[in-house]
Amino acid sequence: MVLPEKHTIIKAVPEAESQLHEVRNRGTAALTPEWFEDVAVNLSAAERRAATLVTRRSVKKAWQAAWLVRAITCIDLTTLAGEDTAGRVRRLCAKAKKPLSSELQAALGLEEERITTGAVCVYPTMVPHAVKALEGSGIPVASVATGFPAGLTPLPQRLAEIRYAVDAGADEIDIVITREHVLTQNWPALYDEVRAMREACGPAHLKAILATGDIATLRNVYRASMVAMQAGADFIKTSTGKEAVNAVLPVGLTMVRAIRDYGALSGEIVGFKPAGGMRTAKDALSWLILMKEELGTAWTMPDRFRLGASTMLGDIERQLEHYATGRYSASYRHALA
Amino acid sequence: MEQIRDIMRTMEYGPAPEANEEVSAWLKARAAGIGHFIGGKFIASGKERFATVNPATEAELARVVQGSEAEVDAAVKAARGAFAKWSKLPGHERARYLYAIARHIQKRERFFAVLESMDNGKPIRETRDIDIPLVARHFYHHAGWAEMVESEFEGFSPVGVCGQIIPWNFPLLMLAWKIAPALAAGNTVVLKPAEQTPLTATAFAEICEEVGLPAGVVNIVHGDGRTGAAICAHEDIDKIAFTGSTEVGRIIREAIAGSGKKLSLELGGKSPFIVFEDADLDGAVEGVVDAIWFNQGEVCCAGSRILVQEGVAERFYDKLRRRMETLRVGNPLDKGIDVGAVVSAEQLQRVSALVKQGEEEGCTLWRAPGVLPERGYFFSPSFFTEVDPASTVCGVEIFGPVAVAMTFRTPEEAAELANNTRYGLAASIWSENINLALDAAAKVKAGVVWVNCTNMLDAGSGFGGYRESGFGREGAREGLYEYFVSDVEKALKPAKEAEIFIPRGAPEEERRFAGLSRIDRTAKNYVGGKQSRPDGGYSYDVLGKGGAVIGQAPLGNRKDIRNAVEAAAKAGGWGGVTAHNRAQVLYYVGENLDARREEFEALLSESTGQSAKAASAEFDVALRRIFYYAAQADKYDGAVHATKSRHVTLAMNEPWGVMGIVAPEEAPFAAFVSLVLPAIAMGNRVVAVSSTRHPLLATNLYQIFDTSDVPGGVVNIVTGEKDVLAKTLAEHDEVAAMWYFGGKKGSAMVERASCGNLKATWVSDGRARDWLDDRQARGREFLRRATQVKNIWVPYGE
Repeated sequence: MVLPEKHTIIKAVPEAESQLHEVRNRGTAALTPEWFEDVAVNLSAAERRAATLVTRRSVKKAWQAAWLVRAITCIDLTTLAGEDTAGRVRRLCAKAKKPLSSELQAALGLEEERITTGAVCVYPTMVPHAVKALEGSGIPVASVATGFPAGLTPLPQRLAEIRYAVDAGADEIDIVITREHVLTQNWPALYDEVRAMREACGPAHLKAILATGDIATLRNVYRASMVAMQAGADFIKTSTGKEAVNAVLPVGLTMVRAIRDYGALSGEIVGFKPAGGMRTAKDALSWLILMKEELGTAWTMPDRFRLGASTMLGDIERQLEHYATGRYSASYRHALA
Repeated sequence: MEQIRDIMRTMEYGPAPEANEEVSAWLKARAAGIGHFIGGKFIASGKERFATVNPATEAELARVVQGSEAEVDAAVKAARGAFAKWSKLPGHERARYLYAIARHIQKRERFFAVLESMDNGKPIRETRDIDIPLVARHFYHHAGWAEMVESEFEGFSPVGVCGQIIPWNFPLLMLAWKIAPALAAGNTVVLKPAEQTPLTATAFAEICEEVGLPAGVVNIVHGDGRTGAAICAHEDIDKIAFTGSTEVGRIIREAIAGSGKKLSLELGGKSPFIVFEDADLDGAVEGVVDAIWFNQGEVCCAGSRILVQEGVAERFYDKLRRRMETLRVGNPLDKGIDVGAVVSAEQLQRVSALVKQGEEEGCTLWRAPGVLPERGYFFSPSFFTEVDPASTVCGVEIFGPVAVAMTFRTPEEAAELANNTRYGLAASIWSENINLALDAAAKVKAGVVWVNCTNMLDAGSGFGGYRESGFGREGAREGLYEYFVSDVEKALKPAKEAEIFIPRGAPEEERRFAGLSRIDRTAKNYVGGKQSRPDGGYSYDVLGKGGAVIGQAPLGNRKDIRNAVEAAAKAGGWGGVTAHNRAQVLYYVGENLDARREEFEALLSESTGQSAKAASAEFDVALRRIFYYAAQADKYDGAVHATKSRHVTLAMNEPWGVMGIVAPEEAPFAAFVSLVLPAIAMGNRVVAVSSTRHPLLATNLYQIFDTSDVPGGVVNIVTGEKDVLAKTLAEHDEVAAMWYFGGKKGSAMVERASCGNLKATWVSDGRARDWLDDRQARGREFLRRATQVKNIWVPYGE
């Protein structure tokens, strides 16, 4: 395995002005298998680390409140259902613009702050509704594409779908990869596919969904992460939310380690998005702890970290209200997404 | 509330203190002094007191009474008094108490976790998630054994009153490791906690009271080394179990030599942590965190010698340095702390001095960056590179959060470096190649081997060391034997003290000769598969029937033993051949021996003066023993312990290596065979000292070994003055275990002489054994004593 003599350690950048990072991942000029072919991921070891990550750290009181608000700013508030409509998307966008009630935001001392979710995430045909609803808010619109969730539409159509979404105003495209390429270890095919999608994205940021529940092993997760990053993914994302197992910490751990290794080898920065299966405020804290511990504080900000979730926000609101009032809250008190 | 806005940018963790009001109240209520727990009563009288300090704050937590000989004696009396009834209780009754203890510990889990953290300085995360759950698990597990002792340990009885001395690094867990098996087996105990950490033992005593444990079954006496010495010296204690430093282990071994006390020692370590180039490097980095930066590195089985394959070493060190940056050192009661305080100022001083020495010797120290609290005994997690096996920090157990790191080139070299230590407690092996990992696990000399994991502990697995890390196991079935004595052994009566036969190198003045009926034969020592003349050049007269001289035997000396041990050490291949192969060789020994039956029977009669019928009977026993151990060679196998899910924990019976065996004077043929055969059947190489009076049977036997494909060096035979040879053997550092069958004095001498490398000993203590009786002189007990258990943990899953 050819590696640089010295590995640069990525320095944390605490300030995050925007949800999108300015510098994009350029990827590698060609597939570079020696960066991942010999890398081992031991399941039991990863599980132990994941299990103790969250028992080694605890955030309480004001710190917990701050972390939870930070989590809100990282949420890709999502609706990906067959019954989505313009009205549904409009309501979601309204919540994205104002995830906390004014009273609560004031009680937390954040009245001067612009608190929004990280993005809104919808199907391509819903993009125009979202763009309209979010106009002037600065909140990016993310669209899934490429035959989400299975990704088995022919490639030209998948690329066309990306272009459609971008043309409609999407700032971010959450693509799905062809799982077969991973399952058959066909890395050139995966690299070429993601490269083509990245080109189709143009200025929109590419978030590569690896469908980790489908590709099964952590070794595959690591390798697919590396290939997607080499092909220019700006973010790597765990799941579609439609798999049997979605975002879980051992998988996330493996992906963020891949981001770290890729950064050390290439000097490029890639963001991370767990998605699916995360419902509670505690989940949000766990993922933030993972990011801070494994990649540093810079990866707890929305330009490098997103949480793909819909119901998590409601739980966070309740926890924040409890912090502000000292009383346990009820869900009906908070605006629906 | 500006704070939230700021924290959103820094994403600091902030403080997350665990409340300790309950523990403070408990301590306040005991401000008059923490007393002993003797005969079911708390006794805080006694003038001398010592303070126990919170190492994180340097504040005094409590004052504790120092136990003197009088308190130890009272505790032993209470334990003895309780023993009769406790040991006779049905297993189920004892199980109920152990179950209740487990339950009560769980009910008070957080109280114990906070108290332990305050007394020891370890992070609440560890006491809450590791120490206390393992304590409860240990009592549960042994409640199970208590339920089953009658059926699972038939033929075994509790030892009696056990003196137990435990260290400060895992105060309550070590207490559980000692008390749970002792009580399950039916013993009663006198336990001394470490003087640095006496508090959870006291809280445990209150639980004993709470569950109604009969008075005297558990006694706790506080104090320092003087109290420990009083326990070791007490005549009415039947067994000593000690966990602590190798230095103190040696003192204890010496102090109780010849006392007849059973002994188990769990001592220090400098355990290798081997990272092969195909390992999950990030996983292995976390392994290091769990190995040496766990419990401030105050872990006897800590992976403190990191061995990395050269090609990945720099990358691994980079990852390790990066990981070190995120370790949080500080208030142990904060829930977000990885490393707490070292137990005492003294220990901090010791760690600091060793680290300074390492730097002075030219090793490079990598220290975690964080700022340490101003008060309290804190030390930054660190590791050394540019270390060589000759560096002080590479050989000495630092017992702090400091590892040393070295590189290796080949798996062979990894094993060589791993085993280049006096210790042999644990090893951690990181590789994704199962062939490589298991090969390394087999090669490493350690009682516990963790593949792709480290510091995994469970009551269902045995724990204990090779070499100077001690002997005996704790946990699982193998650990329970430490708290039993076999009924056969217990029933043995003292032998009639026969006059010790001192062989002379010069002919006696008055001799009678049996006469020459055949060509004169020269018996020699048998060393490395060759017959060799004694180094000293002396032989002694062997007296047979009616006191007549029937021949001469070599008068072996120190150098003959040295040569024999060297030859045995070289014959390491024997342990590696298949058990079937060893069985075949042993059967062949039997076959060839049977062919020379008449000769051996005649020699037996001629030597011992016994009748032809008796000689024939002894020969038959010996022959059957050979077949028995040939049969056992591939059947005395280990176990797969049920520990954690998705793990196999393999308990393998491994040979000691080189064993010293000193055969008794009586039954010179049957006894010799009964001792040598189980040892070699299990793969040991043996240096055997035959009966001094009747050496010719043993020397006659080497011809059989020679012609039966027993590889040279597997059996070595030296004749001569028994106790002189035994002493050299017992002192020899290459000899890993020693069996001595002889007088009380010789037994004491062997135990004392074994201190050097802390070899495991089995001595007869002057008791007679009927070597022709299968119950007394044959069986699994001999095989158990011819092996040590290695537990190999292999997690699986992809």
